[in-house]
Amino acid sequence: MNDGASRHALRRRLLAGVAGAGTLAALPARRVLAAPVGSAGALGFAEIPDGALAEQVLERLPGKLPLIKKTYRPPNFETPIEYFRGVITPNDAFFVRWHLAGIPRVDAKAWKLTLGGDSLQQPRSYSLEQLRTGFSPVEITAVCQCSGNRRGLFVPHVAGVEWGVGAMGNAVWRGVRLKDLLARSGLQPSAVEVVFDGADGPAIDKTPDFVKSLPVDVALDENTLIAFEMNGQPLPHWNGYPARLVVPGWTGTYWVKAVVSINAVSTPETNFWMKTAYRLPRGRYPGYAFKTQQAEATEPITSMVTNSLITSFDVGHQVPRGKPLVVKGIAWDGGSGIDRVEVSSDAGDTWHRARLGRDHGRFSFREFEHTVPTRSTGSLVVMARATSRSGETQTEQLSHNPAGYHHNVIQRVYVEVV
Amino acid sequence: MRALIAALMTALATGAPAQEAKLQLKDGPGKEKAAVCVACHSVDYIVMNSRFMTKAGWTASVNKMINAFGAPIAKEDVDALATYLAQQYGVP
Repeated sequence: MNDGASRHALRRRLLAGVAGAGTLAALPARRVLAAPVGSAGALGFAEIPDGALAEQVLERLPGKLPLIKKTYRPPNFETPIEYFRGVITPNDAFFVRWHLAGIPRVDAKAWKLTLGGDSLQQPRSYSLEQLRTGFSPVEITAVCQCSGNRRGLFVPHVAGVEWGVGAMGNAVWRGVRLKDLLARSGLQPSAVEVVFDGADGPAIDKTPDFVKSLPVDVALDENTLIAFEMNGQPLPHWNGYPARLVVPGWTGTYWVKAVVSINAVSTPETNFWMKTAYRLPRGRYPGYAFKTQQAEATEPITSMVTNSLITSFDVGHQVPRGKPLVVKGIAWDGGSGIDRVEVSSDAGDTWHRARLGRDHGRFSFREFEHTVPTRSTGSLVVMARATSRSGETQTEQLSHNPAGYHHNVIQRVYVEVV
Repeated sequence: MRALIAALMTALATGAPAQEAKLQLKDGPGKEKAAVCVACHSVDYIVMNSRFMTKAGWTASVNKMINAFGAPIAKEDVDALATYLAQQYGVP
């Protein structure tokens, strides 16, 4: 075992030791060693798989800042926690997630968005310019979070992209309402779903193309957009240039990137990405019920669960006695908005309401801040628990599911007052 | 879609080819069977999912690659491939 490996092992034992609050008293005061890139254990969660932790590094995709590389091809890159210390995630730090390795550099001048399907009277195509000028523009601040964000924190682990906490981001999206496009083409009452395809394609012919559908009422929601700007700039290539679907409150799988076709249809979509992938045990989680896609035992993941992330310190943070500990972070949910965030510094015995930051709308990250007095030396376990306006909150224990979705277990960050 | 991809593609955007080339499958019996995996995805997809799966888990993954994603893996190679993956990347 080399020195790096033994330091790593020591750190893992240390983190394992603080996973249960009961062992806290036995912990000697000591400096916690620097964490490897993207460690979930360092944030007070269960650690991502050994192989994932050892493999990931900070690397730069063209046009991006160094992000946590999960996989090169297709590219999956996670946003480091430091970029969640502001309410808006910068474009060049925004996470990257693709299912298929064929990702064309789209020429915006040649790009066309085609609307069709058996429930649309008048098929049409739009250039980017026609989209920009032909409809009223709309701006909305919304969280885009991968369905599998925090999959790596599942115990026991499940197969998939072993994300830590950063497969998410919050941006101001500017675009046009999907309902305006559908109305202009004469959407028929027969429509049950609207189906989206992007410019990406598989490496081999037999792999199913990535195609997703929305229930027609969600497609017609005034907040569902075809967005061509993100934080005042064109979308980055890696985030769906020149235009992507934005479904505020819903997980990222529906936010089809580099969208090229939209079809309103009278029968539910049956491809692999709808019928087999992105599914949860039926009835287990709160959120929108996608009725035309429900099967006996499973249903599609839809809206996000209520969640939060402490961003102001890592496990092992030391604060001098008498100096207040400032607990800051962000909270979000599936679109009702955040009602409150409560913070505990005694492993969950007592909870105190945090001050919420400016409201950027019900689909946005909401910042929170709470100051904990440090009257005596020793160990603290700091936790944050968000509750949405619809009354949903975070779970104490993981609700395990085979695909590793909807991890919103309350974080427990061990801090030392010295 | 395929024609459209060809039409829109000015250059296939590759993530970080130089860095990907550094990744190698671990040596071990059956390694040659795993060469097919990297036609569709980089080696780190395998490493990332280590080491928590048993041979049954890796067999399920290989079968998913065949049945859901159309990976060109012969039925008679599934066992050797899953054995390799379990030995090199499975539960220790």
